[in-house]
Amino acid sequence: MITAKEVKFSYEKELVLKGVDIEVVKGEVATLLGPNGSGKTTLLKCLCALLKPLTGCVYVNGRDVSKMKRGELAKLMGHVPQDHKPPFPYTVIDVVVMGRAPYIGAFSIPSRKDYALAEKALEIVGIGHLKERVYTQISGGEMQLVLIARALAQQPQVLLLDEPTAHLDFKNKILVLKTVRSLAKREGLAVVMSLHDPNLASMFSDKVYLISNGVIIDRGEPSKVITRDNLERVYGISVEVIDQNGMKFVVPVLDDLT
Amino acid sequence: MGALKSKILVLALLPIPAFFFSLLIGRYEIPPVTVFQIFISKIFNPMMHSPWPQAYEIVVWEIRLPRILLALLVGAALSVSGTSLQGLFRNPLVSPYILGLSWGASFGVALSLLVPVPFSAQVMAFLFGLLAVFLAYSIAKVRGETPVVSLVLAGVIVSAFFTALQYIAKFFLEPHELQGLVYWMMGGLYLANWEDVSVTFAPIIIGIILLSLMSWRLNVLSMGDYEAKMLGLNTEVNKIVIISLATVIAAVSVSVVGTIGWVGLIVPHLIRMAIGPDHRKLIPLSATVGATFLLIADDLARSLTSYELPVGILTTLSGVPFFVYLLKKTKGRSWG
Repeated sequence: MITAKEVKFSYEKELVLKGVDIEVVKGEVATLLGPNGSGKTTLLKCLCALLKPLTGCVYVNGRDVSKMKRGELAKLMGHVPQDHKPPFPYTVIDVVVMGRAPYIGAFSIPSRKDYALAEKALEIVGIGHLKERVYTQISGGEMQLVLIARALAQQPQVLLLDEPTAHLDFKNKILVLKTVRSLAKREGLAVVMSLHDPNLASMFSDKVYLISNGVIIDRGEPSKVITRDNLERVYGISVEVIDQNGMKFVVPVLDDLT
Repeated sequence: MGALKSKILVLALLPIPAFFFSLLIGRYEIPPVTVFQIFISKIFNPMMHSPWPQAYEIVVWEIRLPRILLALLVGAALSVSGTSLQGLFRNPLVSPYILGLSWGASFGVALSLLVPVPFSAQVMAFLFGLLAVFLAYSIAKVRGETPVVSLVLAGVIVSAFFTALQYIAKFFLEPHELQGLVYWMMGGLYLANWEDVSVTFAPIIIGIILLSLMSWRLNVLSMGDYEAKMLGLNTEVNKIVIISLATVIAAVSVSVVGTIGWVGLIVPHLIRMAIGPDHRKLIPLSATVGATFLLIADDLARSLTSYELPVGILTTLSGVPFFVYLLKKTKGRSWG
């Protein structure tokens, strides 16, 4: 569904991505895990053609994203931004219906059908009741769900999320990631997201890409990738990995804490 | 919902009573009934022999009416321009003059007074207004993109540049020419005639219609470049089209009536506070309310004192306290 081949990228001289390959298929949740500055966000930006790789290509459904028009790509790929500052207090439904933009002409407005699809997207993520609320007055978790609904309204096949849990409390982190996971399964989306927390990656992904310094260190099922060796190598702190019903949980070792 | 709908209806129809009210106002006293008789007979039966003095007809038809129509057009143009640019730039301090339009235009006028140019002062104002905005856009463009912050900064730079040029020009102007320039810069409708109306009518109306048609797209663009791209828009093309339309309608207005300030800043805010942020309603209502606002301000400018006051000063003086009141009342909520 979405494939990156040998993607290299640099902002200045130094390579931020040093030849990255990923492949995520329909119904699969892939997580990019790695420390700050490892290249997760840059990779996501290359995946959605916001940045053009120095070498290498990104394909969605076998089509090179750098050769597609924005409008075409937006029909295949939904994107949930991280640092999102809404300037105007639009209603929730008005924000979600913006997901229909790739299907609506420059001089047109959304039709009843577009609104129906936007409402359906809200129902799917479970916040149909927020429809008429003012977007800037809902909670951070609800906002994230609204943005996911907006991406769904694009009727994409691929969903990208840039640290979807960044500013959320414990409960909302779980709620948002549960929603993302069930979307991948029910709607058959290929999901690529970046996360900071190895435990959340372990709980909600089918596949983890462990990134450090622009290189993918390890890839595969969370239980195989989230290991003591891998994490100590990437994060440079000592950790212990606990097995809980086959799911791996990471606890930092705090030997200097008195 | 009902309350909102009736609010929208009132705002949409506001120019109609304002129009008829303004026809009655003026230093030259004419009985209201006669004013309407002249108005109606001129429209439906222009050949009719008029039982009223010739002077009445001239005052109503040649002085008041074109001035009223020009006020409506310019008020609508400046407001729609301001609303569009505020939405596009996601910034509440944006006015049609943000990209250097007013300073470019006033330099154009100064230049036309200083050296023999093949164009009238109006055309010079229009051309230099557009030139200033074009320069600002070119300065802001880096690697095919024009981030909003760069645009605003480029506008400041270009304004400063044309301000300096204009001071040089002022230095060489004769006192009476200088006075003319100062009056032009304060902005006023006292010279309005039918020619002004006919020159401004088509570009302003077409510009407003096109911007109204793009109003939903403006909603998407107001989410910011990055998100608008992810939602499938070619943001650069959209930006150029909207900036061009907003600039042309404002430049046409400025070239005819001078730099009337605050209309394009206040009216967009007022409407946003009254009916919310959706540009599908904001743009058309900016047109009707902006038209009414400038018309009423001009009514005051020509009737308040025995002298003609520059309407730009009135729009500012009346706008500021109202704006402060609304800002306090809504606690700035119309900006999220």
